[in-house]
Amino acid sequence: MNSFLEVRNLNLSLKAGMPILRSVSLNVAAGQVHGLVGESGAGKSMIGKAVLGTLPRALQVTSGEIWLDGVNLNSLPTAERRKTIGAKAALIPQDPLTALNPSKRIGPQITRRLVDILGWQKSDAEARAVELLHEVHIPDPARVMKSYPHELSGGMRQRILIASAFAAEPKLIIADEPTTALDVTVQKQILRLIAEMQQRHDTALLFVTHDLGVVSKTCDTLSVLYAGKVIEEARMRRFFTRPIHPYSAALLKATPTYTNPRGSLTPVPQSVIDATEREVREHDMRASR
Amino acid sequence: MMYEIRDLKLSFPDISRKPLLGPVPRIEVLKGLSFDVPKGVVLGIVGGSGSGKSTLGRAMLRLLEPTGGTIRFDGQDITHTPEEHLRAVRQRFQMIFQDPMSSLNPRRRVGAIISGPLRLHGMTDLRSRVNEALDMVGLPRNFATRYPHELSGGQRQRVGIARAIALRPEFILADEIVSGLDVSSQAQVLNLLEELVRDLGLTLAFVSHDLSVIRRLCDRTLVLHHGMIVEEGATAALFDAPQTAYTQELLAAIPLPDPDQPWR
Repeated sequence: MNSFLEVRNLNLSLKAGMPILRSVSLNVAAGQVHGLVGESGAGKSMIGKAVLGTLPRALQVTSGEIWLDGVNLNSLPTAERRKTIGAKAALIPQDPLTALNPSKRIGPQITRRLVDILGWQKSDAEARAVELLHEVHIPDPARVMKSYPHELSGGMRQRILIASAFAAEPKLIIADEPTTALDVTVQKQILRLIAEMQQRHDTALLFVTHDLGVVSKTCDTLSVLYAGKVIEEARMRRFFTRPIHPYSAALLKATPTYTNPRGSLTPVPQSVIDATEREVREHDMRASR
Repeated sequence: MMYEIRDLKLSFPDISRKPLLGPVPRIEVLKGLSFDVPKGVVLGIVGGSGSGKSTLGRAMLRLLEPTGGTIRFDGQDITHTPEEHLRAVRQRFQMIFQDPMSSLNPRRRVGAIISGPLRLHGMTDLRSRVNEALDMVGLPRNFATRYPHELSGGQRQRVGIARAIALRPEFILADEIVSGLDVSSQAQVLNLLEELVRDLGLTLAFVSHDLSVIRRLCDRTLVLHHGMIVEEGATAALFDAPQTAYTQELLAAIPLPDPDQPWR
């Protein structure tokens, strides 16, 4: 299976020296959905940011490679790297309200990327935007193009960001907690929409989430992160039926389910946390040698 | 009965639709709710965003004044009680907030945060009460000298709980208190809350959008939609056989961590 995105031994640290990602490797094949799960601070969003080249200034890649569509991104000069990423990858962000500019109409916010970065004609870009809004099931796209973000609901705004992410026909989408800010009923619609768009456009999808329920509905494969280290990589069904790492198993038991109220919500035992911490320290010792 | 609520209505002025002349139109958030909360019960209040669940909670604590209907707390009508008379009752109902980072003063130490309401209600012997509250939520006593930013999310939420129970209230409103936490700390905080309810004989209203958490914690559940009660009943029964289309839709929308759940 050919990987569209390949991350090899990525190490990322604060400029002060604290490690954020520890030798992270992962593959996402064309047209596949790969989940990144972990608790807050595990570094799952940072992988997406490293791929898109949008890491905060305080972080630096200390070693490792990121290959996108057979090209080693680190080998490219900055301008060309940005162009490659811009043409091949796109982000669906978490919070639809902060991701949209409140003082600009929706239309220009979708077309900007096409016009400014990819050099499209304005009229072509606008026609494409309307077509995309249709595709994400937004009623009356022409009116929505002229609306401001505050005039639309959270679900509508998230649909617009999905349309915008798919605008330039990228082959990799990074979705960073795309439904965390939404209601369950809206979440379901949005997850369905992302799956539908991903299949229709045959894109690879890197799906960052802390919600194991969402993972089980969206992903083909997944990586579990703890303290910036991948502690388990699995195919989706195997992970939920036979998790290998004790921390993964504990995480599954801690997740509440309404169908099994007594058997869920067991806190992650301290012994499991200690053992996982030890594993991370051992990795650091090996790496510093 | 801890609470008897009849035909509760609450509306806010909607400034965004104000005409140039004439009165501001009002937006009705609660449209006539009636229900009882028996003593010692854990009541779950669920609904989507904008359903009015937080507004209902705040009205029950009289942080908001209803525009219609009545709220009786332990037999006493508190619907329109003025603030100065409310203070005596306030000690008996307390609140735990959603986001501990914004509900704990970053410039005060944990000890001062917990003792603040105690001092306000004229209590003495503050240090031992603070220690007792910290013991009950399972935090070491020396945490009293720490600042909120030095704590993890789960620990901060425990401080919020300690502040609420230090007054020994009879009723606590917990508004989305675990939605910002990771599953591992979420499980700990919920187990703690369950223990406290049992040990202190509390009545608890637990506002949440997460039906799985409600199922685990609550005896009774009330489903809100557009400011109206669509369903109310014993939790187990409501989950096993939801009566209304809205509750069924809510349940069906929850992604369970189970690849075999029919969901699409």
